[in-house]
Order: sequence, then C-alpha cells, then structure tokens
Amino acid sequence: MTDERTYRVDLMTRVEGEGRFVLRVKDGVVIDAELSIFEAPRFFEAFLRGRSLFEVPDLTARICGICPIAYQMSSARALEAALGLVPTPEIERLRRAIYCGEWIESHALHVFMLHAPDFLGYESAIEMARDHRAIVERGLRLKKTGNRLIEILGGRPSHPVSPRVGGLSKAPTVAALRAIRDELARGLEESLETVRLVARFPMPELEVDYVFASCVSGDAYPIERGDAIVLSGGRGVVPVASWDREMIERHAPHSNALQATLADGTPYLCGPQARLFHHAEKLHPVARDAMREVGLPREVKNPYRSIVVRAVELVHAFAEALALVERYEVPERSYVEGPLRAGVGAGASEAPRGLLWHRYEVSADGSVVSARIVPPTSQNQARIEADLRALGPSLLAMEHGAATRRAEQLIRSYDPCISCATHFLDLRIEPTHEGSA
Amino acid sequence: MGSEAHAPPARPRLGVFKLASCDGCQLTLIGCEDELLALSEKVDIAHFPEASSRTDVHGRFDVALVEGSVSAEWQREELLSIRERSKLLVTIGACATSGGVQALRNGKDVSEFVRAVYASPAYISTLDRSTPVSAHVSVDYELRGCPIDKHQLLEVLTALLVGRRPAIRDESVCMECKRRGNVCVLVAHGEPCLGPVVHAGCGALCPRFARGCYGCFGPKESPATAALAARLKELGVPAADLARRFRSISGGAPAFADEAAKQELEHD
Repeated sequence: MTDERTYRVDLMTRVEGEGRFVLRVKDGVVIDAELSIFEAPRFFEAFLRGRSLFEVPDLTARICGICPIAYQMSSARALEAALGLVPTPEIERLRRAIYCGEWIESHALHVFMLHAPDFLGYESAIEMARDHRAIVERGLRLKKTGNRLIEILGGRPSHPVSPRVGGLSKAPTVAALRAIRDELARGLEESLETVRLVARFPMPELEVDYVFASCVSGDAYPIERGDAIVLSGGRGVVPVASWDREMIERHAPHSNALQATLADGTPYLCGPQARLFHHAEKLHPVARDAMREVGLPREVKNPYRSIVVRAVELVHAFAEALALVERYEVPERSYVEGPLRAGVGAGASEAPRGLLWHRYEVSADGSVVSARIVPPTSQNQARIEADLRALGPSLLAMEHGAATRRAEQLIRSYDPCISCATHFLDLRIEPTHEGSA
Repeated sequence: MGSEAHAPPARPRLGVFKLASCDGCQLTLIGCEDELLALSEKVDIAHFPEASSRTDVHGRFDVALVEGSVSAEWQREELLSIRERSKLLVTIGACATSGGVQALRNGKDVSEFVRAVYASPAYISTLDRSTPVSAHVSVDYELRGCPIDKHQLLEVLTALLVGRRPAIRDESVCMECKRRGNVCVLVAHGEPCLGPVVHAGCGALCPRFARGCYGCFGPKESPATAALAARLKELGVPAADLARRFRSISGGAPAFADEAAKQELEHD
C-alpha cells in the first residue's frame, strides 16, 4: 500500500512577504519539496535603468522594509566601485554603526517576534506575551534600540534618508550619538540574556553539511563591507567583482523559480551560520564568551539552531555599536565625492539574512545603464528546499499538523525575505489565489 | 467616514493585508514597540500574517489596513474581496495610495521589463500598470508615506477606535521644516527640494540630513508643482532631472505624474 503524505502551507506567516511551500513524501521518500513565491514582481532592475546613480540607494531601499540599509549599502558600494570612490575609515565606521542598528532591529524582530513563538508553541509573539510578557517586552525593547540608532544616524528605521553614494549625507553630532550610549549598554546585557534564553529552547534535530558563503571584511566580522566572498569546503575566496561567475542562477524544474547555486550546481548557505563559520574569531570578545557559555560551535549544522547564532550576532552588533558610539568623533567629511565616469562596479554587504550582491553599469553622465541585484533569500532558496528534503523522512512519525509546523519552522529559520527575492525570482501564480493557511 | 462615524464595537477586528510592497508600512505596526501589546488588548488583530500564524483570510473586519499597490490581477480580486468584508478600509503608504515606486513601470513597455529581469518571461503574470487601491475600491482613509509614520498610524487607529476623524494635517513638508527650525536647504544651499509640494508627515527628515526632500509622502493638496519646477530650473536643474524627481517614490500620484510629463515633453 502506498503511503503518500503532503505537508503544505499556502500562506506562510511570520515571514517577510508572500510564499507557500509543499513537501510531499511517498513511501518514506521525499518526492517534492518546493518553496514557491506568489509575491508580485516590482521590476527594480528594469526601472533603475536611466535613473541617476545618486538616486539608486533611495530606490533600492524600497526593495525591503526590514533591511533597507543593506540595499542602500550594497548599492552605494557597487556605485563607488564604478566611480573609483574610496570612503574614509571615519565614514566606514559611521556606516557600520547604522548597519549595526539594522542588524539589531532585524535580528530582534526575527528572534523574538517571528521565530521564538515556534519554539515556545505560540501562533504569534502577541499571543506569547500572555504567558511570557517579559520576554516579548525585552524583544520589543531591543528592537526599539536598533531603530533608535538608525533614527539618529538616518532619520527613520525604514528607508532612512542619510545613506548615499560616498557615505552618509550628514554625520550626527557627538552629543546626538552619545545619547544612545546607555540604551546600547543595556541592550548588550539584554542580548546576552537572549543568547542564554534561546540556547535553552527545545531544538528540533536536523544535521546538514553546508557550503557556507559570506563576505570577508578585513579583520572585522563582516557587516557593512565585503572586500571579497569566502566559500567553505576548500572552495576559496572569490573577488566581489566576479561573484556572478562563481554563482549561477537557474530554473529549478519543480518550482519554475530562479535559484542561485554555485557553478557546479551545489546549493550554498549565506546568513548568520555562514558568517559565524568563517569569522567566529572576529566576533567581539563578549559575543565569543557568550558562544562558549552556551556551547555553540562555529560550525552550526542544524538550521533550527540559527536562532542561537542570530542571538550571538545580536550581542556582537550591540557591542560593536556601543564601541563605535563611545569612540565617535564627528568626521571632517561624511561622504566622499568624485567626477562621474562610465564604468562597472560590484558591491556586497551582509544583510541580516545574508550576502547581498549588487552590480551596476553606469554611463559618463551618471545614469544607470544596467543593474543586477542578488538578494540573500534568492541565494538560500535552493538550500531551503534541499533542507526540506532532508527533513521530510523525520516528519512521518509526527502528527500531521505538528509536522507541517515543523517544516514551516524550518523555512522560518532562514529568516526569508520574500519581497527581496521577488524582483528576481520567477513566479508561480496559480489561477486561483487561494490563500488560506 | 464623517457621517458614518458611530460608537465602535467592543474589541474591533483589525486585518492587515499586503499587495505589491516591501512590507515596511505593515512593519511600522510591529515597530510601535511601546504600544503594540496595549493595542493588541484593545483591538483583535485577527489577520496579520507577517506577525501571526493565526490568520483569517476570509474574515470580516472593522478596519482593514491595506499595504501595497495593485500590480497583478489576483491582487485586484483580493482587494475587491477585502473591501467587501471590511467596514473601514485604510491604505497605508505610498504603494497603496499612489502605486508606489513600482509605478515607475507605468507608461513603459512592461513586456520588455519582464524580459529584462526574468529568465523565463512566459511565467510572469503582471499588469502593465501598478495602481493605487483607490483606483479599484473606495477608500475610507489614506495614510501617506514611504514608509508611513508610526505616530500617524497610531493616530489613525486611535481615531477610528473612538469613532472620530484622524487629526492629520494636510500641509507641506515646508511647514514641518519651519516648525523644527531647520535651515532651508533650497534657499540657503540651492539644494533641489520638493518640500513645498510634498505632504507633511515625515518630520522634514531630508532637510535635517542636509538634503532636499524627495517626495516620500506624495503631493499635498493642490501642490504648486509648476511654480516649484520653475524655481528649480532657475537653480539650474535641467528638465530631465526635474522629471525624474517628480517621477519617483510617489510618481504615480496624478499631480506628480503630470508635472513629470510636462518636463519630459520640454526635455524632448
């Protein structure tokens, strides 16, 4: 007798954007695992053509309401490469500070509001607050501090106005930035508590051998800047400018979705686990201590455990932001400028959910000739589906509803950003839009 | 609302819906860090997929917040259904209110856009234009911004909860800028700024960060776009550049689309 089971969710929740998944297991063998996306396309790469290159960071920010700074930064870097501009170290520190704000805001959102309810058995953080109010309030407080840091440096948390080609349009006064010092110090303590909290969560089992991809940023844990891209498994280091030769996008026949893999077809993982694997020793000592305290290895093979890695990165972002704020002096210039020229440039940075790569061709009059944007979720999608396949057989022993939730929880572990992926991913729009979960 | 205003029911049901967008406006609701838990006690947040796995896709709502523009046929159908099931429909943000940044495809060859971005154009189902919610259904209140401002969002929710009209001023960014005591970037630095014609709500952020307003909140009522365009030209801004400035985040709003078209004609 045939035993075929289908686990599906038609409207994924607690993720950014609109997607669904189907996992089919027949006689103990996974026959179908797909994450499909029905978010409407917005055509960023097409409408950027002909725009002034100075408008690009304002426009690409609108790809994502959670990680707009990542888009602004990768755009600005790519355009600076095209123009031959090199921001000063003071400017780079300001950029790291605002980017830390985004990591704090995004990681706190994901850890507490989106992911924690899975581990504690709730439908939402709001529902979770009935039994665990202190935990949810802590999450909201941490997120607020990240938002406040962005507000000081960029005006508002979503689509801040200061990031630009060459740096930031204006640097804050010492007093304005120092005003957040105590809040960051408290956030650092609370983020350490967060590591302890999530490390105790009951962890579903799954072990995957990943190829990890992450930016390299000198001696620093990579956040705002990718000098190159490093791969694990003896695959070496790739210059940012040639990432599009190392990574290819292809159609997956089962989902009609464009997915990125390495040139030999291997799926790879970017994001917190990849950054930790490549750069654990570059974490702030406080974050390294937190890792040791909870026994987190640098190679995390269980995707569910990414919540602990995210919490460790939250500690790092707070510690880094605190140090930047304490040592801050107003820079002589908040951005660099130079003459326009025709050229091509690529740029990368580490969005909270992973490697974000941009490439632009610009003309001598400063307008965009072509644009290419490769978001983290597009790069992780093949890996997500491979992990769903790996999970499939273990679901058979579980009750159907619990098994479906376990699969959705797995996808949530990657902090997918479907709006980001959409301008790039192919769509599978079904004739009737049935949206019920 | 006006005449329809009445005593709100106990614990009204709120739905948060998404069309074509970046999610930034609905995140503003989660971004009300100090108010979110209190709000959830006053309001039954019955459908908010970004925040909760408890959804009610086909339910009825006292207030529906709709983010995003209509840019695919199924979104239009979903919107009609949301309208039918909601007492009050509030659009949140520039996408829902004027078509958003994705309205930059309007008037372009969209099949070429599809080919430019996607490897298999045949699989893409999209409408030629990205349109605001009001092009398809009646809207009870429009909340401007890219993204919306959280204080304005809380004001709208509070007002609707108690059955009064939201107290949101229809004035220009210039008014906010003056109240904050900013130096005018246009007058003092000759920096092109859309502030005189743009709806208030952001707190005059761009001038505070040493740059001109680029129009996130869309046109204010009766904006003097032609006068501003003339002034910016005196400062040496070419027509093509002016057209781009009007055709940006809120480029789908008629007042800005018209001014952009005028400038484009002049440029050609």
